[in-house]
Amino acid sequence: MSSEALAVPAPYQVNFAHYRRRQAVNLAAFFLTGVCAAVTIGILLFILGYIAYHGFSSLNWDFFTKLPKPVGELGGGMANAIVGTFKLLGLATFVGVPIGFLGGVYLSEFGHNKIGFMVRYAADILNGVPSIVMGIFAYTVVVLPMGHFSALAGGFALGVMMIPIAVRSTEEFLKVVPHSVREAGFALGLPEWKVILFIVIPTATRGLITGILLDLSRVAGETAPLLFTAFSNRFWAEGWMEPIASLPVMVFTYAISPYDDWHRQSWAAALVLMMMVLVTGLTARILLRERN
Amino acid sequence: MNSKGWGDVLFKNVTLLFSLSIFALTAWIGWELFKNSHLPMEKFGWSFLWDQVWDPVKEEYGALPFIYGTIVSSLLALAIAVPLGLGVAIFLYELAPPRIGNVIGFLTELLAAIPSVVYGLIGVFVLVPIMRNAGAPYGVGMLTAGIILAVMILPFIATISREIFKTVPQTLKESAMSLGATRWEVLWMITLPFSFSGVMGSIFLALGRALGETMAVTMVIGNRPEIKFSLFEPGYTMAAVIANEFTEATSDLYVQTLIQVGLVLFAITIIVNGIARYLIYKVAKQAEVVA
Repeated sequence: MSSEALAVPAPYQVNFAHYRRRQAVNLAAFFLTGVCAAVTIGILLFILGYIAYHGFSSLNWDFFTKLPKPVGELGGGMANAIVGTFKLLGLATFVGVPIGFLGGVYLSEFGHNKIGFMVRYAADILNGVPSIVMGIFAYTVVVLPMGHFSALAGGFALGVMMIPIAVRSTEEFLKVVPHSVREAGFALGLPEWKVILFIVIPTATRGLITGILLDLSRVAGETAPLLFTAFSNRFWAEGWMEPIASLPVMVFTYAISPYDDWHRQSWAAALVLMMMVLVTGLTARILLRERN
Repeated sequence: MNSKGWGDVLFKNVTLLFSLSIFALTAWIGWELFKNSHLPMEKFGWSFLWDQVWDPVKEEYGALPFIYGTIVSSLLALAIAVPLGLGVAIFLYELAPPRIGNVIGFLTELLAAIPSVVYGLIGVFVLVPIMRNAGAPYGVGMLTAGIILAVMILPFIATISREIFKTVPQTLKESAMSLGATRWEVLWMITLPFSFSGVMGSIFLALGRALGETMAVTMVIGNRPEIKFSLFEPGYTMAAVIANEFTEATSDLYVQTLIQVGLVLFAITIIVNGIARYLIYKVAKQAEVVA
């Protein structure tokens, strides 16, 4: 009798089955997200490991010092492609960074308005335009008038790709300069342009260099925009007006070739390219961490 | 504020000019693509977009097989990358301790740093043999491309969604928890709805990447301009046909047709990225208002 009187009426009873089901869903769902993370990291480690394994076993001194051998002959290297990649990236920096830098200065210092918003929007959209389209653009602007492929066209294509990235990274790294620093300049009676040019930008130098490194690491592995601008070259390219070899294009042409020795060299080239991209990216990150 | 001297005016306007060059550049790219594709525009008109025949010998060009291949391979990639990427984002946001989360987040971003052509290389020598064993007659094909693309776009979904989740106000989540919701229920009923448009933004951004991805796809999709409904069959994409045939194109019409394919790709990615960024900005603003 008494226990019945104390019993909780049905609507207010804890439904343990329901509760356990909710707990089970909770556990299962979060377990699955852990699986997702594990799969992702697994894929990354597999890719890095696979490239390291095949790359290091294919890499030799010739790779860095010799020119490619003609079809059918074993051995040879990609010295010209390594130098070519550096030349192209140098030219790209020359084209992309000044424009992107000055644009970024505007966004950071004066861009808290509608124009600033629109420029950011446009830069982000331009950043998403496929690299192959940038290649066509460089083809129509540089290759067609000149009548032949050239290092200049390849560097131009990569440089154009760098502009929207450089705009955004410059803005980001200038913005972190504290307001007090600017105000100190104003307090001395300096005009705004002098404050920006001689105080804000020097203060942010480390960040700006980090930004340029990150920009470079983004375009360093690009292949598509080089296919019909820089093209390729089995010999040393003199100056800027000749077609020039680059590591990404060599990885591609050697990978789809039917020769085993070329496949071996493709792995070596992929490893060197990856190292370049990762070392640049890591250097940038270390610079960033030291600042913080 | 000090009075504006000529130096300030000059400096501001010079930097303004350079930042406006982004618009000029975008317009210039569009104009060059448009100007250099007038031959196929005159000859084929809009039917270029839905003609199925691609025959360089007879100089008949229709872009439908490439448009089809681009869309199908990108959607396949999304079908794999969206659940996986969101899973990673949720794991990093809800479960992982900060230190481990940062390491995993960094490694996920590293996936985006691997050059496209290196993905292609892995695809050719690792994934293609696997696919051949799995029943794809050639190994190369639509599904192979979709899988490679999925890995390539996954970091965009994971890292951006994670950032978007962080904008969800803690008070909203806490009020759900105080009502007895499990963590998953908080995620499902508060975090995800609140960050829905931002997550959609990250998905569109990833879609934009997938649509224009060139090298890896070129190396594993098989490069056959036919529309086959089996995902194991070879296909072709817009970016891949440009990469493969541009330097081999012998006639002006052929080159200009490929440039026109580029123009279509340019227009599509501008629209997709425009939507993506709009959605992402919208969440950023919403967070400022609520927080």
